[in-house]
Amino acid sequence: MNSFLSTNAELILTLVKIVLLLFIVLTVNAYLTWFERKVVAHMQSRWGPHRVGPHGLLQPLADGVKFLFKEDPTPAGVDKFVYYLAPLLALALALTSLALIPFGPEPLPWKFFGQAIYLGIAPPDVNIGILALFAITAMGVYGVALAGWSSNSKYPLLGGLRSSAQMISYELALTMSVVGVLLMAGSFNLKKIIEAQAHHPEWGLFGWNVWPQILGFFCFFVAAVAETNRVPFDLPEAESELVAGFHTEYASFKFAMFFIAEYTSMITVSCLCSIMFFGGWLSPFPASWTFTHYLPSAILIPFGLWVIWDGIRYETIFGRIILPVVGTAFAGLGAVFILLPGVNEFIQGPFWLLSKILVFLFVYVWMRGTLPRFRYDQLMAFGWKLLLPLSIVNVIVTSFVILAKMQWWRAK
Amino acid sequence: MTAPLVVFFLLAALAVIGAVSLILQKHPIHSALSLIVVMIALAGLYLLLGAEFVAAVQIIVYGGAIMVLFVFVIMLLNAGVEEHTSISKMAGAPGLLLVVALAGLVAATIVRSSDSIETTLQTGEMSSTPGISNMIFKDFVYPFELTSFLILVAVLGATVLAQREKS
Repeated sequence: MNSFLSTNAELILTLVKIVLLLFIVLTVNAYLTWFERKVVAHMQSRWGPHRVGPHGLLQPLADGVKFLFKEDPTPAGVDKFVYYLAPLLALALALTSLALIPFGPEPLPWKFFGQAIYLGIAPPDVNIGILALFAITAMGVYGVALAGWSSNSKYPLLGGLRSSAQMISYELALTMSVVGVLLMAGSFNLKKIIEAQAHHPEWGLFGWNVWPQILGFFCFFVAAVAETNRVPFDLPEAESELVAGFHTEYASFKFAMFFIAEYTSMITVSCLCSIMFFGGWLSPFPASWTFTHYLPSAILIPFGLWVIWDGIRYETIFGRIILPVVGTAFAGLGAVFILLPGVNEFIQGPFWLLSKILVFLFVYVWMRGTLPRFRYDQLMAFGWKLLLPLSIVNVIVTSFVILAKMQWWRAK
Repeated sequence: MTAPLVVFFLLAALAVIGAVSLILQKHPIHSALSLIVVMIALAGLYLLLGAEFVAAVQIIVYGGAIMVLFVFVIMLLNAGVEEHTSISKMAGAPGLLLVVALAGLVAATIVRSSDSIETTLQTGEMSSTPGISNMIFKDFVYPFELTSFLILVAVLGATVLAQREKS
């Protein structure tokens, strides 16, 4: 048994990590829908979901159960194989792209039969990290396009065509916009891209790529939102024109798979934005400000206490029981970080990365609550006539600045 | 059998099955999907040879860009199931001969070559991204630029053809 474990340690470790990440990502996805509905509701002076569980916290669970038990009719005349393949493809590719994201700089302090346990599925030294990610997202368009085509219906076909055209157009800008970052880091490796932003530990957040690459960031974020089919680029599912676009003919869990795929790609894009432009797991404060290491506790403990305070006054008995428990868990976590300095040091990286991801997810929801949808010709003109030239200009300017810097160093 | 050899045979089988299915499928979309399978299997083979960059570019360019355009055009034209025609005997005989000749050529090359799967792994210079960039932008910079120029001409030609109807 022991020899089996030690010879297959890498395989077993990877499988365990995959299961764990799947569990975490699907839970986060579920609560992302709750978060989105709540935030958009408050932006529109509504309450949002608040009937199922305290503050509507069990709404995602209810939705999940609903998706599982709904009738799942297959429309007449569909291309069966492709019709079943499309949602699988969309979900599988969206989840696979998360496997390449490194979530923390250091491996866990203990080893699994000689294997270092890194946060994230792929080892952090994948040389083509960002290219592999683009390869996976480039395949993502098939899920939407094939779903639209195989449904044997007009609206899905139009939605599928729109989405393929949109994704082809914006993928160019997406790929060109990161070239500046790659030039500055000199590597495709996500870990090296982050480390390249830590050259000046005393600069804190002013060392991040977002300052010299502000143009690249703008192009990347806009193109990435378009790639994930989110507002204001959600033309493939424009309900006023196309019913529900490419997933009109999908019901029950097949629809849920498209839904989960969309939210997972939102998480991936947020991860990429944080890693490439916002320093990944780097703290925004100068390295000498060690007191900022207590920030996770300083956020978690008051938040936990607030949840407890809110919970004991909650109107339902269930809420009065469950909310204080959740609050105690948050406050307890914060207390653990203060009491155990080793743990506190270890969670600094993941804490900052997760905070940045959360901010980007909020921006996604914020945009949905704010912006109207583009018209189709506006979408195409924006992609081809503004984003692509801007990202090419960014590449040229970045290359010249780097070249000039090298000449200057050589002259000295 | 070592692990790389097992993966090689899996990917090779996938590529061959995809290629055969590409020809046998009746519907253009199914053929296009088979071709995507071939592309991905080839990318896997490149990865197995240690050419990470080429593998990623294979998927991005062929799997993600060119095949998306194929699928897009098939969807746009709403092409239906191919009509089955009886194979012309005139075309069949030379075709069979060509197949035998090609298979013989490939087999002869494989037999003559001294490399095996294990020895060709990790090909060094050509596999790394800096190695490839050095080759493209130093050793073969003129052919590379000429190819880019050729593509530019093709793009301009396509634009002219597309604009003609309007005027």
